[in-house]
This record gives sequence, C-alpha cells and structure tokens, in this order.
Amino acid sequence: MDRYQFLIALAGLIFSMGLLGVMIRRNLLVVMMCLEIMLNAVVLSFVTFAVRGQTLSGVAMTFFIYVAASCEIALAMAIVVLFVKRHGSLDLTPHQNLKG
Amino acid sequence: MTGIFITLFSLLSVVFAGMVIAIRQPMRSALCLVAHMISLAAIYACLGAHVVAVFQVLIYVGAVMVFMVYTIMLLDDRDSSYRHVFSGMTMPAIAIVLVVGAALWMLLGQQPANFATAGPTLDGIFTFRSFSTEFMKQYWFHFELATVLLLIGIVAAWTAVKEGL
Repeated sequence: MDRYQFLIALAGLIFSMGLLGVMIRRNLLVVMMCLEIMLNAVVLSFVTFAVRGQTLSGVAMTFFIYVAASCEIALAMAIVVLFVKRHGSLDLTPHQNLKG
Repeated sequence: MTGIFITLFSLLSVVFAGMVIAIRQPMRSALCLVAHMISLAAIYACLGAHVVAVFQVLIYVGAVMVFMVYTIMLLDDRDSSYRHVFSGMTMPAIAIVLVVGAALWMLLGQQPANFATAGPTLDGIFTFRSFSTEFMKQYWFHFELATVLLLIGIVAAWTAVKEGL
C-alpha cells in the first residue's frame, strides 16, 4: 500500500466514523459535527487524488466544498436555534417521524 | 520523515474523530473536531498542498467551528440527549457502517496504480501564486457563482431566523 492508497483508506475510515456518529448520536449539534467529519473525509480524498495527479481540479473542488460548507453551517445553525426554540431540546429521538 | 508525520497525523485524526462521537459534552466534542481538522490540515501540509491546509485552518477551524461553538454556548445542552448519549440504533448502525467500510475497501483494491488525470498536469500547482493564477484563469465563473451562493446562504440564514421558519 503506497501513501496515496493509505490516505484514501483513511478517508474511507473517517467517512465511516462520521456516518456512524450521524446514526447513533442523539444530540443535534453532535450530529452536525459528524456531518462535518464526513465532509472532511471527502475533502481528504479530493486532495489526495489532486496531489497524486498534480492537477488543479481536485483542489478547486475543495475550495467549492469549503464555500458550500460555510453556507451549510450558517443555515444549519439558524435551523438548530429555531428547533430548540420550538421544541426546547436538542434531542433528536422524539422527532424521528419527519413528515417531509 | 514525511511519511512518519502523515502516519502520526492520520492516527491523531482518527482518534479525535472517535472522540467526537464518544464524548458526552457537545463543547468537548467541538474541541475534538477542531483537533481533528487541524490534524487533517497537517496532512495536507505534509503532502505539499499548502493552499488547502491554509483553507482548512482559516475556513473550517476559523469560521465553521466558531459558528458551532457560539451555538453550543447559546443553547442549554443539558437535556435528555445529554443523559442518554446514544440512540437505540447502535447495533444496526455499526452493521451498516461495516458494510460501507467493506465496500470502500473493495473499491480501494480496484484503484489502478497509474490512472489517467482528468485535467492538465501542472508542476508546483499547490503554491499560492500558481494556484491563484490558474484558478482565476480556469474557474473564474465558478468563483463568481460561489460568491452568489455565499450571499444566498447569508440571506437564507437571516430569513430563517427572522421569520422563524
């Protein structure tokens, strides 16, 4: 296994850990953090492929992922605050039956 | 030497990602997430992708996590999710994650040793000067679209808070 294969395997492991956190944690804020871990794993794989091929496209894509992550977190935190104002709790378990 | 640093920071990133999932207090989870992101930035720096390492620290640690920490400080986190950390779906979730991990591992085995690159190969592309020049040459329109996306994000967050969804 060379360095790049190791890093892609690491990205897969981190993505799986983030997915595990999204599924098993009950706290809404920690679920958001686990989503960020998954996004970081995707960025790691993009950077690894970009460095391996010495191309611009992978790094350009990470730039756009960072922009999307900034927008996502700004909107998500607003929704989290409203969620807590409305339901009085960060616990996701009572809200498993979403109606779309 | 670079290989040792990459291994060390990879280990740290996995440990801190595990701590984000396992720790009870959201604030401590957030601090572990910051450490995880800094470990990834160190990996990018070891790979020579200094542009991405700086983006990672400035945007993720500097902006995204500050948002998160402010929200944690704003809200009272001592609710039922504080007493019962994990949901009842722990075992099915572990099974699903194992399946996903195995699928990713199989894909890794099919990765060719020498793959064809999707774009033009450029030497020294990850230094700031060459990255900025090439980025603004090839992706100027996407860059403008990204600024519009940021504006839409600000307006959406403002509207969500003001109107109460």
